[in-house]
Amino acid sequence: MKVINCPLNGPRNAQEFICGGEVKLPPAPDTTGRGPDVRQWADYIFLEENLQGVVCEWWCHVASGYWFIAERDTASDTFLRSYTCQEWFGQAAPGDSAQ
Amino acid sequence: MPLGLLKYGFRNKYRGQRYFPAEAPLRPSYDVVIIGGGGHGLACAYYLARDWGITNVAVLEKGWLASGNTARNTTIIRSNYLTPEGALFYEESLELYRSLANELGVNLMYSERGHLTLAHTDAAIRTSRWRAEVNKHLGIDSELIGPDEIARLCPQLDLSDEVRYPILGALYHPPGAIARHDAVAWGYARGAMELGVEIHQQTEVTGIEVRNGRLAGLETNRGTVAAGKVLQAVAGMSSVVARMAGFKLPIRSIPLQACVSEPLKPFLDPIIVSGSLHAYISQSARGELVMGGSTDPYPLYSTRSTLDFTEGLMAHMLELFPFLGKASVMRQWAGIADMTPDFSPVMGLTPVKNYYVDAGWGTWGFKATPVSGKRMAETIATGEVPELLKPFELERFYRLQQVGERGAASVGH
Repeated sequence: MKVINCPLNGPRNAQEFICGGEVKLPPAPDTTGRGPDVRQWADYIFLEENLQGVVCEWWCHVASGYWFIAERDTASDTFLRSYTCQEWFGQAAPGDSAQ
Repeated sequence: MPLGLLKYGFRNKYRGQRYFPAEAPLRPSYDVVIIGGGGHGLACAYYLARDWGITNVAVLEKGWLASGNTARNTTIIRSNYLTPEGALFYEESLELYRSLANELGVNLMYSERGHLTLAHTDAAIRTSRWRAEVNKHLGIDSELIGPDEIARLCPQLDLSDEVRYPILGALYHPPGAIARHDAVAWGYARGAMELGVEIHQQTEVTGIEVRNGRLAGLETNRGTVAAGKVLQAVAGMSSVVARMAGFKLPIRSIPLQACVSEPLKPFLDPIIVSGSLHAYISQSARGELVMGGSTDPYPLYSTRSTLDFTEGLMAHMLELFPFLGKASVMRQWAGIADMTPDFSPVMGLTPVKNYYVDAGWGTWGFKATPVSGKRMAETIATGEVPELLKPFELERFYRLQQVGERGAASVGH
């Protein structure tokens, strides 16, 4: 059984987690008034980097509903590091009084 | 050894024959280069030569012939898909499969067993009825049957309601078949080589040169190769190769595991699938039970096997066939599946001119081998995407016209 390190709950069984996909930033909001750029959004929603190597992904510890970011190697199937969102994005999340 | 047999063996009249013609040296330029020597790439090479007279073709394979997902699938052939686009596509493949052994002169051990998709919930019954009606409308032999009929077709199944998910009915598809996967690839390879196609094993594409949006050439571990047109047919590594050409695909590479039991006396005729239990099983000509389930829980390029998979699969398998508790698992393996968000393949044109893609084969690639080869050959030869493939173009994601194929294997309903 694989063990994943959750920033909130510590090391837990991999079966307690789901993978939420690559960390990617959404296209900027439409400010032109012409409506969203469909190609850009389709790119964001459907297309994947799908790297063979080290990737950064959203992961969720299902039992506690806690989302975080994990770095892992898709070639060797090893989990390298886990980050809280605050660590990853380098700032406190809005409404997070703990920081 | 009887002397007569020895003499027979040494007589010139019966000298051993090569199965494949001798390999030619790699040349610096071809009309068409196909990246990937698996079933799809070899089929495309064969049809390019047979149907379109294009024989200046090289198939480049980084490992051994058909050593990727062609060797790892569970060989099920069927056409009872849910979307009209999907059902018509796979139906053409099934038609091609039926006459393929004769055409290639290879015994594919094509064996029509009948295919049962079990339904354990009202929702699954509804989907089965929906699939049956779509199939019948398109002339595909498919119907919803009840437990009595299931018991007649497969008396070994536990049809009692003493289980967690009792069987309520099944989608029955009589043409469902299994075949020898390696033989399909070998047959296409030999057929293509006899028509003049070159196959180069241990030849890995390491770079793709694109100039002004057009394909310019390929870098390989054996030097530069110029090509008029290139097809990538490398399911499992599709994103990695596409990135060399400078574009992304709507694909996550996720392992799909399978296993076989020790050989048992033939007892299981139909192919049994349960979408709700994520389990499928068929008995091969060797007597081994070929079993698989759902894809792994997260993307990965490693073909390692896990105990989680076997345990999870067997928990469900023993609910269907409790007596299998005494059988041993003999081999287990994984293939890397190209999973697309709509469970349909990605075929046709790419953002790079003269560069074509045959990818996104998730859990449905082996059954599509003949049709994808034939129709991709048509696409490459004419430069036009045939009507049958149009719904599966990469561009569908930008038009927001996905082909939601809920009839795909290893997909919950």
